[in-house]
This record gives sequence, structure tokens and C-alpha cells, in this order.
Amino acid sequence: MQAWHFTEMPYPHLPPLDDIPSIRVTIPSKHYDPKIGSDLYNRYLDEHLIADELGLNIMLNEHHQTATCLDAAAPLMAAILARQTKKARICILGNPIANRGDPIRIAEEMAVIDNISRGRLDCGFVRGVPYEIFAANTNPTQTLERLWEGVDLVTKAWTTHDGPFNFEGRFVHRRNVNVWPRPYQQPHPMIWITGSSDYENIKKVAGRGYVFATFLQPHDKVKLMFEAYRSAMVERGLPNGAGTAFMPLVYTADNETEAERGAKELCWYLQAKTSPQFRNPPGYVGIDLNVKALQGAFSGRTDAVRAKGMEYLRDQGILVYGTPDSVAKQVKQFYDRVGGFDHLLMMQQAGFLDHKSVVSSMTLFAKEVYPQIKDLPRTKPAKEKAA
Amino acid sequence: MSSERSDRVSINGIALEVRRRGKGSPLLVLCGEEELEFDSPWLSDLAQKHELILPSAPGFGQSERPDWISNVDDLSYIYLDLVEKLGLKAVPVVGFSFGGWLATEIAVKDDSFISKLVLVAPYGVKLGGPLERDIADIWALPPADVLKRKWHDPDKGKRDFPSLPEETLRVVARNVESLARFCWDPYMHNPRLRHRLHRIKVPTLVVWGDKDGIMTPAFGKSYAGLIPGAHFKTVADAGHYPHLEQPAAFNAVLEAFIG
Repeated sequence: MQAWHFTEMPYPHLPPLDDIPSIRVTIPSKHYDPKIGSDLYNRYLDEHLIADELGLNIMLNEHHQTATCLDAAAPLMAAILARQTKKARICILGNPIANRGDPIRIAEEMAVIDNISRGRLDCGFVRGVPYEIFAANTNPTQTLERLWEGVDLVTKAWTTHDGPFNFEGRFVHRRNVNVWPRPYQQPHPMIWITGSSDYENIKKVAGRGYVFATFLQPHDKVKLMFEAYRSAMVERGLPNGAGTAFMPLVYTADNETEAERGAKELCWYLQAKTSPQFRNPPGYVGIDLNVKALQGAFSGRTDAVRAKGMEYLRDQGILVYGTPDSVAKQVKQFYDRVGGFDHLLMMQQAGFLDHKSVVSSMTLFAKEVYPQIKDLPRTKPAKEKAA
Repeated sequence: MSSERSDRVSINGIALEVRRRGKGSPLLVLCGEEELEFDSPWLSDLAQKHELILPSAPGFGQSERPDWISNVDDLSYIYLDLVEKLGLKAVPVVGFSFGGWLATEIAVKDDSFISKLVLVAPYGVKLGGPLERDIADIWALPPADVLKRKWHDPDKGKRDFPSLPEETLRVVARNVESLARFCWDPYMHNPRLRHRLHRIKVPTLVVWGDKDGIMTPAFGKSYAGLIPGAHFKTVADAGHYPHLEQPAAFNAVLEAFIG
């Protein structure tokens, strides 16, 4: 089991959230104070350096036009950390390749980071959460198709070493593709893809030997996703080094009271609201899901989570908090419930959770929890082909 | 009750749904993006006087949507094939909103089969600068705001989706998806179209609801001004779908022009 430290790098110093229609997409930047913000950037980077010293890996992401995530360009943070950290693997999860529109530029950025870090990059690709469509102004339909075309082009560019090729795909046309530098890792950095309930896509991820990651989902749903992944591994063999990843919110403390306080702070992330029109852009999900939405069955994760308390979240494995032994137990329980997984992606900072608390939680995790879960067996292919 | 039938017409391998309703002189109707026309009293009234030919565009209704179709320009060529296949000649054409844009894209390419052209609050062109919103952003505005802009009486635009059969909802969801596929960017217009409008030679009437909050009547008048000899009329107390909000007033305007 590999453990990864993560923060979305939030800017929580906002007017009361009830007075803001949407913390994403439309929130005016007058609410951003550069003096506070610059301190936050440096603080969050410091926490990643501490994670490195503690023996944790580092996960980064990016979002746009939102106070929930000041990291508007994950490759920039990764580039800084590639130089400033020593041992940690650095995972960008991920590059919004369906929205950025220029896979070759991404291939170049990632190859540079992989070289500066001497092969410590894990390279995630995401199709982008719904509201990102509005910041990128990319067509909300066919995001998955654009994701895969982009990933295939990037891997082709990374692994072609005999001079240029032309690419004329469905969405991207490039001439004389000839990426310098080639990646440090050969043939290329491990690729990660995120997803939720699209099992066919999860099987595709497994079949190509990429890591599949999912965030903040209840254990019963995660189990189905990871089962889909493992079933495809049977069909197509066990890809070396790939596996599954899950992200909960994690807060580790000396005692239960302090753990609960920290966990409550982390829940700021779950309260962040987005205007309804940005939650499900037209055609972002398929017809079946949209029919359910029209029937009124659809309720976003945020809404569902808001209605339920911390105990529920803890039971589901979405929110992990407690003393080191308790946290280890919760992680193991989740591991057992989902049939095993390989990467624990920990959102250990959110909202107003301060530097001292975050460092304390990270340190306790690294020193007292990590040794208890480190040797959990890696994901194995399913024994039988799934029906 | 007027008779209705629905045909599958194959155009170069794409199966299109073409409804026919009513009796009388033929009238080609290009529906709005929501295809609200089919169940409307407005359509029943019109079917008393005309044989209505109502195709669903690729991706709408039950019509297929091959992957290569990316925009309304693409759709217009499929419609030119359809018109040829149906053998339509000297037929009046009326298009609403998205269907009005489609009718315009068709007419700039070939209007030889059109006797008269009626464009009702058509999308398709942008006249202002980069920071001017000629067309309200229906995808970025809060849904309640869009409803108010679209309808003079927003209650008329409310639909109780959970009460509708799943089959209907599948069409609704697909129509929404197809509109986004074709019209997301550039938003609801084709930058080339305004430079082709001079090619329309048939008598043209542009109709606008005087309370249209998606595109103002002033914008509509400017749009009409780019089509040689086009007339411009407004319908009182109507939003973006004047035919659905004020069927009698709208049909009077329509009949006066095509009749």
C-alpha cells in the first residue's frame, strides 16, 4: 500500500458561503486577497515537502475558477516539487486532457517533470469534473472519447524515438510530433485514470495496465468499481505496477476529540456548493443517467453527503479519522470491504485546517499508521472471469 | 383530429424520423431544439390547413446521429438530401429557434425548393463584439433565469418531467445532448453564416416574440436586415417561442405571409 498526501490547496477565506451562489465557476476574484493567497501557496508546498521527508508520496490536482483549489495548473506545482523533494513520487491526478485540447504540450510538460524528478512522476489523466467544462469551454459531450484519444496520442509521443509522426484524429490534429525530452522512466511514467461507475471504462483502464483511481465514494460502490478492474486484469493479464487507488478525507490525531475536530474541518470540502447549471452540463453524462436525472433520481454526492453526518461518512470510508490505531483499522476495513487496493490517496488538508494540525496529522499517519498498512498485499486479478 | 404518420427516411445511411400531420397545402416545419411543437395546440391548429412535414434533425427525436456530424452546417447538407428525397418543390418552410437556424443554413446553400421562408427567433448569427451577448447563455445561466427569458409566461415553459414516460425522457435527454454537441462552441451561431445570408433570394419573414429574453427583438431586426428584402414582425406577449405562447396571433402572421 502506497500512501499519498493531498490537498486541493483551498482558499477558504471567503464571505459566508450561504451568501455566495457558487464557490466554483462564477465566484468573483475580488474575494481573493493575493497576500493571503501567496502565503497559502507557499504553505501548501511546504506541507508537500514535509510529506516527502515523512516518506509519503505527493498527489496534486488542478481545477479552474474555484476557491476550492488554488492549483490552477498542476504541472507548475509538480515542477516545483520535482526539484524540491527528494524521494516522494509525485502524482498529477490529473491532467485534464479532454479539456486542455493540446495533448502534446501535456506530454512535454510531463516528460520535463519526469526528468527533473529523475523518474518520480506518476501521470494521471482525467476527463474533468462537470463544472470544469465551463471554465475550459470544451464541448460537454464526448469528453471520454477526447480523454482516450489524448492519452493514446501522449503515449505514442512518449514512446516514439525515431523522429516525427503526424496525427490526424477525431479531435486533435498535429503535425511533426516529436517530443523532447523523452520521459526519464521507460517506456513512460505510470498512467492513472480516474472514474466512477462506468465499468466498461474501468476495464479499459485495467486492460491497458493503468492505475484506476476513484474519490470519496462509499465502499459498496468502490467495491464494484475495483471488481470491474480486477475482472479485466484476468482477461488481459496482470499489468506490472498498475492497480487501484482510493481517496478519502483523512485526519489522524492523538485522541478521538482532536480527531473529530480535524475531521470536521476537512468536511469543509464537502460543503462547497456549485450552482445547479454547472453540475451536469448537457451531454456530460449518458442518456440513461440523464433520464434518471429528469425523473428526479439524481442527487449529487455533495447533496447526499450534506444530509448525512460524520459517523455515516466514517462508516462508508469516505472520512477516515481517529487515533493512529483507529485510522489503521478503518483503512484495513475499507481494504477488506473493497477486495483490496493499492494506493491510499489522503486529502489531509481542506478548508481552514491549519498548518500545525495538518503537519501533526501527517506525521502521526506516517509514523504510526503507515507501518500498519504498508504491507497489505497488492491488487490481484480476479480468479474468475467476471460475468 | 388530424391524421398523423411517422416515416423513417434514410439519407445516405442516416435514418431520419419524418412526421406528417394534417391535410392541405404542404408546409415544411423545422422544430425548435426542444421539439415542443409536436404536442402543442398550435400544431393541431395549423394541421387543419396544411399537410405538415416535420423532420427530426439527426440527434433529435428518433433520428440517428452519426459521429461525424459536428454542427448545423453539417445538418443542413443532410436536409438538402432529405428535401430532394421527399421531392419537395415550391414549399414554404418555417423554422423555430434551432430549427430556424437550420432553415437559414439550408436556404443560404439552396433555396430553390423554398417558396417562402419563415424564420422564428432563429439562432445562427452573432452580430456584436467579443464581449457582447447577443444570445443569452442558456447553459451558464441559472435554469430559472433561462425559463424567464424563454417564456413571457414562465409557467407555460414548466414541464413535469418525472410524470413523463421514460421513452419521452430519453428523447428529451438526447435532444439536450445533441443541441450541446452541435451548438456549444461557437455558441449558438456559425461565424460564417452572416456572410452567406445575402444568398437568400426567396421572400422571407422573420418573426420574434416581443418579450424574447434569449435574443432581443432589436437583435432579431438586425438579423433580418442581413437577409435581402426580409420582413420583420413581432408577436406581442410572447418570448422565444411565440408560436407556442400566442398560437392564434402567430398563425395569423404566418398565414398572412404564406397564405
